[in-house]
Amino acid sequence: MQALGIEVLLKGSNFLRLLGGLWVALKISLIAVLFSIVLGILFGIVMTYKNPLVKIISRIYLEIVRIMPQMVLLFIVFFGTTRMFGWNLDAELAAIIVFTFWGTAEMGDLVRGAVSNIPKHQYESSYALGLSKAQTYYHIVIPQTLRRLIPLSINLVTRMIKTTSLVMMIGVVEALKVTQQIIEANRMVAPNAAFGLYLTVFILYFLACWPISLLATYLEKKWSA
Amino acid sequence: MAEKLLTIKHLKKSYGDNLILKDFNLTVNKGEVIVVIGPSGCGKSTLLRCINGLEPIQGGEIKLRGEIIDGKAKNIAEIRQKIGMVFQSYELFPHKTVLQNIILAPIKVQKRDKAEVIKEAEQLLEKVGLLDKKDSYPRQLSGGQKQRVAIVRALCMHPEIMLFDEVTAALDPEMVREVLDTILDLAKQGSTMIIVTHEMSFAKAVSDRVLFLDKGEIVEEDIPEELFENPKTERARRFFNTFEYDAVKHHTKTSNQ
Repeated sequence: MQALGIEVLLKGSNFLRLLGGLWVALKISLIAVLFSIVLGILFGIVMTYKNPLVKIISRIYLEIVRIMPQMVLLFIVFFGTTRMFGWNLDAELAAIIVFTFWGTAEMGDLVRGAVSNIPKHQYESSYALGLSKAQTYYHIVIPQTLRRLIPLSINLVTRMIKTTSLVMMIGVVEALKVTQQIIEANRMVAPNAAFGLYLTVFILYFLACWPISLLATYLEKKWSA
Repeated sequence: MAEKLLTIKHLKKSYGDNLILKDFNLTVNKGEVIVVIGPSGCGKSTLLRCINGLEPIQGGEIKLRGEIIDGKAKNIAEIRQKIGMVFQSYELFPHKTVLQNIILAPIKVQKRDKAEVIKEAEQLLEKVGLLDKKDSYPRQLSGGQKQRVAIVRALCMHPEIMLFDEVTAALDPEMVREVLDTILDLAKQGSTMIIVTHEMSFAKAVSDRVLFLDKGEIVEEDIPEELFENPKTERARRFFNTFEYDAVKHHTKTSNQ
């Protein structure tokens, strides 16, 4: 078998740099996820309002996020704002803004779905037992909403982690960028390193996302009603 | 002397232009079992929902022991504790176990002692033969079992009156019996109940008084022996005929001859 060139990872601090790159990717997605959860819950509750103006605005926002490739959003926020407004955004900050913009929309839609999926009769049977409106939300509606929401939002988290591989396009030095640098630097001594190194990146992403994905499957099974 | 528990006077209920109940009057005495029958859309389920304040009403008044029932009033949650309601679709809380479903309202709403409520819930479950299911989740139960749990959940609040809204309509035939037996037991113990049902022989067995509703009005009201055996109105006779099937067979036979 041809050498995979993995030995270049052991040179200098290459492997540590790769892990550092992965950490940058995880950091961006975790910060964006935290903001998305908070803003998404608010946005989701707003979306359940019957006000037509609120409906139209949230609809437009959702569609923009769905239709636009994340890369285009990244370019608009990072390069576009520099030209238009003269902002000099840090690339990581630009990435966090884009991922939060995206995550809030998707999270909001999940919250809206989960809330409006609770059948009317669940409220009624709770009222019929003499529970007040607040008690009904606290004991019946919110626990059921969370159970539907948590597995779905965990899936969103893994999708966000995966998508951070795009942020190298605006110059963030994350796992994929580090890998490219290592490959370039060792082109002469280990010409086959590309396969081995990208395989390593694959394994690293897998190790980061798989436990989260397992957790989602476990919670889904545990709470399926 | 019968004690009046529930009085409904000139109740009017409509959805937009669609009048569901017109000038509806009813008095229910303590310990009385009233069965409401009638074609679908006649307003019988709506009647129960109005009694529990789940529907806004457009006129008249409903009183439980002299207290006006109004879905928007502050004391509605308090009055609802005295009215037990069982729905067609069970509506157990899927994220809670059988026992948690039953003890939630007595503990959180009536602020009763947890140990005492659990003991009572277990006794009631034992009575309906479901004590071994107390730690199961609703999804692990059959329809008939769910409905019996829903009945126990309502009973554990010590309601003064029970409302049953077509509680067997969603059940497989062989599960209907276990639920109806539970209700028959309650009738024997002297519970006050209003039952909406399509089970005619059950209605005959359980009721003190039967109301036949059509288009939002009481068309006929009588003791079950009279109303089922010789209905006085043409409309009621036609309704009972829909439960008889031999007429069709007879018809084809005669036409073949």
